[in-house]
Amino acid sequence: MNRAGERLYNGLVKENPTFVMMLGMCPTLAVTTSAMNGLGMGLTTTAVLAMSNLFISALRKIIPERVRIPAFIVIIASFVTIVQLLLQAYLNDLNKALGVYIPLIVVNCIILGRAESFAYSNPPIASLFDGIGMGLGFTVALTCIGIVRELLGAGEIFGVHVMPDSFTPIGIFVLAPGAFFVLAGLTALQNYVKIIGARKGKDMSRIGSGCSQDCMNCDVKGCGKRKGKSLDEGKKPPKPEKAAGEDKKEEQEPGMEIPDLRIIDLTKDKK
Amino acid sequence: MSDSMKISSNPHVRSKATVSGIMAAVVVALMPAAGYGIYHFGPRALELILISIVSTVGTEFLFGLIRKKETVGDLSAVVTGLLLALNLPVSVPWWLPVIGGVFAILVVKELFGGLGQNFMNPALAARCFLLISFPALMTDFSYDAVTGPTPLAALKAGESVNVLDMIVGRTAGTIGETSLIAIVAGACFLILLGIIDLRIPGSYLITFLLFEAVFGRHGFDPAYLSAQLAGGGLMLGAFFMATDYVTRPITIGGQYLFGIFLGLMTGIFRIYGPGAEGVSYAIILGNLLVPLIEKITWPTAFGKGGGRREK
Repeated sequence: MNRAGERLYNGLVKENPTFVMMLGMCPTLAVTTSAMNGLGMGLTTTAVLAMSNLFISALRKIIPERVRIPAFIVIIASFVTIVQLLLQAYLNDLNKALGVYIPLIVVNCIILGRAESFAYSNPPIASLFDGIGMGLGFTVALTCIGIVRELLGAGEIFGVHVMPDSFTPIGIFVLAPGAFFVLAGLTALQNYVKIIGARKGKDMSRIGSGCSQDCMNCDVKGCGKRKGKSLDEGKKPPKPEKAAGEDKKEEQEPGMEIPDLRIIDLTKDKK
Repeated sequence: MSDSMKISSNPHVRSKATVSGIMAAVVVALMPAAGYGIYHFGPRALELILISIVSTVGTEFLFGLIRKKETVGDLSAVVTGLLLALNLPVSVPWWLPVIGGVFAILVVKELFGGLGQNFMNPALAARCFLLISFPALMTDFSYDAVTGPTPLAALKAGESVNVLDMIVGRTAGTIGETSLIAIVAGACFLILLGIIDLRIPGSYLITFLLFEAVFGRHGFDPAYLSAQLAGGGLMLGAFFMATDYVTRPITIGGQYLFGIFLGLMTGIFRIYGPGAEGVSYAIILGNLLVPLIEKITWPTAFGKGGGRREK
């Protein structure tokens, strides 16, 4: 399926959540002290991201506009709980190493961001692959950062000693400041590669469908979603909505029981 | 028409001071401290100083090639390298000043835009980088096969120290920090040339002394206070690093505030911190606050006083 491949490529390269969109910085900086931790965190997030994207996309027609964020959080939190219990059962060492950052996946902005900007407005299969692509992009980024930090900070890769014995580990790289250095270095590197690619005539622009609804900072040309045609069509500015409600009020027969107008608005918007 | 009608755009009055001239003066002013360090710790200290300077100047030169704008001539890299070496213990391996020099120039200075754009003192940032990365190497103050604590560490452990030794410099420590006399001699040279003034060092040292006297658990014990003043990198930091033109506030009020902040921070780190020393962290923290300090001490421009009378 071409669409699926495009979503995977988008998540891994073009809109890599860590190196391009700079999302999910908290786990990126905190848990990548070793390659194994980075890989574990990335795959855990991928699982949650894929499943929550799938379910949010499947339920997008019945999640009301106004309470969509709490609804997303409930869905995401359920999958995080499942993943955490599975990790405790089968990979307890990793669970201990990642610690509090597993429950914190609930508030990871990559997951909430993809739910909001992609899954809520796209069909389930594309959303699933979007989740997998984004998750794998996150995993690759975290593993790269973890490898560099582990190599410089401990002289090991995946726990295997690779540096010569005369190498003195540079302790700062397993501490938080080192994470910033490595993240900055790798981001600069991928920007450099993209600039070189663009010079050679490769298409390095983002794929338009991964809209972040941030039209001000968006460089996608010919995007049909500009100028108010945003994804949450139902989110009308407050004034017209009120006016619409008043119109309905006038239409109502006097003495008739008036149901909550907001709910009426919502269901109408959704159809 | 005569020459008196010559038209030119401002500035009309130029200072004769140049970056390379000021940096050369700082290098000269650091010579007593460096010379005493070499005398006290032996030729190994000279090697480290040279390695450090070569690595900072070399990094600046290579980056200048990439940037197509050579700035080695302003001598700032020499000052950075010299200061970095003076902040290292003599027992470190040769590659430590290389890593520190590359970090100081490349990461702290050039990546932020070169001299004048660095938000932290490069030498101090490199020292902190090395201190966090290689804590064992950076706190090993043995020399001539003598392993002893620095005077500050001894002081913190409750032992008594010989203040006269500390003033002359016959103690353990980093290469350039041990001799109070040598540092003060260099500082006097800079003050006489008008390159630095006493605003930052004065407010720094006075605040620090007051803080130590009030919270140091020794009261106004002159021996304790003078040992705190003479020990560690306080003098080197106060005269040569806190006064760095790039990373100090440019407003006069801000400079006093900066010095007071450094004094408080150094006192807190030395009394309550886990280590005996805190000057480098205090100055780096102060460097980060400089934009805020300048914001609150910015003088009112003439004509914009809003009713306030100009002094």
